[in-house]
Formats: sequence, C-alpha cells, structure tokens
Amino acid sequence: MRIAFLASRVRAEEKLLLEAYAARGVDVLRVDPRRIDLRVDSLRGGAEWDDVAVVHDRSISFATSAHLVEALESRGMNCVNTSRVIRTCGDKMRTSLALARAAVPQPHTRVAFSPEQALEILEHELGYPAVIKPTVGSWGRMVARLNDRDAAEAVLEDRAVLGNWTHRTIYLQQLVDKPGRDIRAFVIGEQVIAAIHRHSEHWVTNTARGATTSNCSLSLDLVEIASAAAKAVGGGILAVDLVEDPQQGLLVLEVNHGMEFRNSIEATGVDIAAEMADFVLAQAGMLVGGGVR
Amino acid sequence: MSNCPTCEIAIAVPADAVEGEILACTGCDAELEVIQLDPPSLCLAPEMDEDWGE
Ligand SMILES: Nc1ncnc2c1ncn2[C@@H]1O[C@H](COP(=O)(O)OP(=O)(O)O)[C@@H](O)[C@H]1O
Ligand SMILES: [Mg+2]
Ligand SMILES: [Zn+2]
Repeated sequence: MRIAFLASRVRAEEKLLLEAYAARGVDVLRVDPRRIDLRVDSLRGGAEWDDVAVVHDRSISFATSAHLVEALESRGMNCVNTSRVIRTCGDKMRTSLALARAAVPQPHTRVAFSPEQALEILEHELGYPAVIKPTVGSWGRMVARLNDRDAAEAVLEDRAVLGNWTHRTIYLQQLVDKPGRDIRAFVIGEQVIAAIHRHSEHWVTNTARGATTSNCSLSLDLVEIASAAAKAVGGGILAVDLVEDPQQGLLVLEVNHGMEFRNSIEATGVDIAAEMADFVLAQAGMLVGGGVR
Repeated sequence: MSNCPTCEIAIAVPADAVEGEILACTGCDAELEVIQLDPPSLCLAPEMDEDWGE
C-alpha cells in the first residue's frame, strides 16, 4: 500500500510533509499534476494508481485540485481533502453559504452580480468601510478596503473592466474592526490542533503579505467555532481564518483547504506536518495504534 | 551545480533538494524550479496564477 502525493510546486510545506511520510516509512508516489494523463472516458486504466490507498492533495492551483481530485474520486479513490471540500473552500461565496447553513458566525456578507447593485448594497446595507474580495483567490490578493463611495466606484469599475469572469460575482463584507491581528486555527479531522495570531500594521494580515505569527491559545470559544466551521465545509485538513469583532466576538472569514503552515510550527510548537500525515494515513487504515501498518 | 537560466550565475542545488522544489537565485532573485536532480537542472518557476493559493 502506498499514498499518492499530488504537488507541482514543492514549497517548505510539501518538503515537511514528504519528510513526515519518510519518517513513517510510508511508500509515497509523487504525482506532479502538470504531467498527469488521466482517462475521464473510462474509470479504469492507470495501473500506477492500483495500490494507492489514499491521495494527499497539495496542488497549488484551485482548478487543478478541484478537477483532479474529483476525477480520482470517481475511480473510487479516497482523497484528502475531498473535492466537495475543495470546491466549497476555494470559493468564498460557497464557504459563506456553508457557514450560514451550519449557523457559524461570520461578518455581514452580501453578493451582487452587477457593479450598480454592489453600490446599492454598500450604500444601504453594509455601509463604509467595507471589504471586497474575489470569490476565488488567496494570500490576501485583491482583498480591498472600500472606505467610501469614491473608492467603491473605482474598485468596482476596475474589476468590471480588468477583472476576469470570476469577478462578475461581487463578494462584499462588513469591515471588522479587529485588533491589528487575526486568528488562524488548524483543524484536522474533528480536532483543532493549534492556532496562531497573525499580526500586521496593515489591515490585511496574511503571512504571504508579511504578517508575523505568534501562538494563540485555544479558548473554548475558538475551538468550538473553528471546529464548527471545518465541519460546515465538509471536514478534513483545514485552516480556519477568524477575526475578533469587539461586539460580535469571533467571526469566521474563510476556510482554507490547502493551508500553508511553515510559519506556524515554531510559534505553536506543534508538528503540523506530522499531524497531517497521521490523519491522511489513518484515512487509509494505514495507521494503527500509533504506528504505520 | 547548475546555472540560473536568467542571469547564468552558478547555483548550488542542495543535496536534499527534490524535484519541483523552488529555489531563489542568489544572483537575480528569480524563482527557480528544480526540474531534474541528476545532473541538477533548473528552470524559471511558473508565474503565479490567479487560482493559486491556500
Ligand atoms: N471583513 C474583514 N474585516 C477585517 N479584516 C478582514 C476582513 N476580510 C479580510 N480581512 C483581512 O484580510 C485577510 C485576507 O482575507 P481572507 O478573507 O482570509 O482572504 P484570503 O483568501 O485572501 O486570505 C484576513 O486575514 C484579514 O486580515
Ligand atoms: Mg485567508
Ligand atoms: Zn539568476
């Protein structure tokens, strides 16, 4: 039995994961999605997949992840995360809907399908300052703050003219007056294994944008909301981003299906890669009583 | 050793490198991808795409 590890770009995270599997004596089939040839007119063929017990997806592209994992699932393969989770987490509107269905607290959020309607919503529902985000996007890219009507008009026109088709769905949110930091909670299966604060002078606190990290203790509240958010999107190996609202308390911003964690190991003292590897192996029944079968 | 495809400076590919790993060029700061280990070979890493992320 072996596991398939899907990754094209090998970041610090992928190296740590490969090391974790090696340390456990697991046979890993490394698959670069850029070189894959997968039949979709048949669910058979591709002998190299025959003895794969579980697939660990670490593709950096949302489109690749969602399609490739779905194709593998249709052959009956067990994938972490599942394509349903990837599709939900890769799209902020789907995430909001999943959180709403599970009554997980999130900031006031609206979707519009035209710039005119977006302005109406901003003027009459959300007010300023507000936040606009692409439904598909990450690392804080194109997350913009709309301080007033002028800013909103400018950003909305830019996205309508220069954006791609995914920007036709305009995702708008109340700006939460957070205390110079947000929270990222790592959830594996049912368990919140660690959390960090991400601090920045800038209101966008992604580490990809230079935010620094420190340990965040696991309060009952945080554990409850983060695990509910992970469950709401379908569960697996997930990172939940939250903000602290002075009035409403903890609110979930998004759930990430392909989390980066290199800056969180030292801050939390938790071997996140090891926890991830053990979870994946457990899905395949390859982990029994603390050891690899 | 391999050379940066952009600035041609010689780059030492670490012994524990794996295929697909990203290295920063010491000469021009370009992101390089290890496309082969033996002998080591580097190419310019792909530009970030709109759907890339966590
Ligand atoms: N509604 C908001 N109020 C305050 N800060 C926000 C809000 N939305 C996003 N941010 C900030 O921007 C960062 C990126 O937003 P997020 O929704 O997590 O998108 P991404 O997928 O780009 O990480 C968050 O970590 C947070 O610091
Ligand atoms: Mg985020
Ligand atoms: Zn160079």
